[in-house]
Amino acid sequence: MKNSAANVFELEDVTYRYEDQVALDGLSVAIKEHQRVAVLGANGSGKSTFLRLLDALYFPEKGTVTAFGDNLTEKAFEDEEFAFRFRRRVGLIFQNPDVQLFNPTVFDEIAFGPLQMRLSKDKIRKQVDETLDMMEISHLKHRPPHRLSGGEKKRVAIASVLILEPEVLLLDEPTAALDPKSRGRIIDFLADWGGKAKTVITATHDLDIVEAIADHCLVFQNGRIVGEGSPAEILADTELLEKTNLIHSHRHRHDSGEVHSHPYFHPSHDHKG
Amino acid sequence: MNPVPNENLNSTRRPKKRRRNFVERTLATFIRKTERALFAEEFARSNGFLQRLDPRVKIIGLLTLILDVTLARNLFTIFFLFAVAILLAVLSRVPVRVLAARAWIGALTFTGLIALPQIFITAGDPLFQLPLVGWTATVQGAMGAVYLISRVETTVTFSLLLVLCTLWADVLKGLRVLHVPVVFVVILGMTYRYIFVMLETAQNMFEARQSRLVGALSGSEGRRVAAASVGVLLSKSFQLNNEVYLAMQSRGFRGEVHTLDDFVMQRRDWAATGGFLLIAATAAWFGRFDSLGSLLGVVGIR
Repeated sequence: MKNSAANVFELEDVTYRYEDQVALDGLSVAIKEHQRVAVLGANGSGKSTFLRLLDALYFPEKGTVTAFGDNLTEKAFEDEEFAFRFRRRVGLIFQNPDVQLFNPTVFDEIAFGPLQMRLSKDKIRKQVDETLDMMEISHLKHRPPHRLSGGEKKRVAIASVLILEPEVLLLDEPTAALDPKSRGRIIDFLADWGGKAKTVITATHDLDIVEAIADHCLVFQNGRIVGEGSPAEILADTELLEKTNLIHSHRHRHDSGEVHSHPYFHPSHDHKG
Repeated sequence: MNPVPNENLNSTRRPKKRRRNFVERTLATFIRKTERALFAEEFARSNGFLQRLDPRVKIIGLLTLILDVTLARNLFTIFFLFAVAILLAVLSRVPVRVLAARAWIGALTFTGLIALPQIFITAGDPLFQLPLVGWTATVQGAMGAVYLISRVETTVTFSLLLVLCTLWADVLKGLRVLHVPVVFVVILGMTYRYIFVMLETAQNMFEARQSRLVGALSGSEGRRVAAASVGVLLSKSFQLNNEVYLAMQSRGFRGEVHTLDDFVMQRRDWAATGGFLLIAATAAWFGRFDSLGSLLGVVGIR
């Protein structure tokens, strides 16, 4: 990671709450250009809210969110030109693909974003075909999204965002509820997308994928960042992972008869017995 | 350690079998039927007459025929249009039993219930008298019921043909091209898309409840649980609605819908448009007459 890279996002003392419940509590963080960030945290730690603030779907109750040097406020999004420019540069993939797939066919789904941006129809048709090829889902082109498998839905959801060629990709639990093969395909894609030239922020509690998809980790708990570092540093910090409910201790017996307990997630397993 | 009392294991009394209640059975059937009705594309993808036509031609053609059915003032015209509907079904490879199962039986049942009192309460020439109650059916009442039922059956058949022989995406696009307001088309599309998601959620909730139940619930307890489930489902649908809107916003939606319209009229589409309009005009002309007698008088047969 280059230290000289410009900040894509800057959050300054951001607080967001759902009625009485605080989701983000005085959060301050900066995300740099080309950084691949894993946002780690247990359920309800504020990961999804964080992504929605970055995508300007939510606006903070207190504090400021800046993207590409512009302040993200409801007022700023009243300007259509500003809104379209931002929406082209930042794409969010939701955890539940059913939420994101609301068009009658896969083709329409992928064309939805460019159509809203009022790109020319010939250009849209060409881009949709290219995106379908890139995601290897051309055979699904005329299928209704609700009839696809979980893995296929996820790939269509990703394609529907990638067609806008965003500079920043936000992903909310991209591997949740996927079978191993679909999960592997998504991880491969995330590891290679844009030749590591783009900014990718992935919210997950799947520690197995962190090293493949990120070069920097933020650990969330109760709407605050309680840990930050490279994947190797964070994954080695079992105390932090246990404290934030990302791992749990488990007790087991080995063939040698030795019974012991250690965190469920551990990079290596060294026993003398 | 005390042994586990085995009186329950050895008991000859069989536990009361818990049957799926009315709500669960209805819900499961409703989901199955809705899925079949909404998402079955087996006919839309077959190579029949209506399937090959441009969706705009189908929408305009069939809606014109439906208008004719509604305005026709004699049974001859309505029966003629019903015959046209059956001919279209045969040419489009839609089996008559499918029409009967999905449209005719339901329409006959519900319209019949509405039309039944009319037979007895309309003043006119007596037709027959019901034994025991002594109610008199009249010719005018019976004719009114026949008109109502035949109109409903014919219009439902045309509507079903449109839905069965057109991909749902094309129906929506066709409506849009025909300048039906965007808001209406979007609401229709979203309802179609998410009704099944919500029905599935409802079924999962019922199954989750069933898996934790032993024996039958009392009536009041059952009603309490059902009411709570309805509340949860409503709350989930609000949540889903909110999430979908955010997903649309995230991809640039600002309240206006834009679509790609790929329809191109071919020679057969123009020919079919001519055919539909000819039938519609003929039916509209014949439909002006109050009875077959006056029609035959005009054409000089009587």
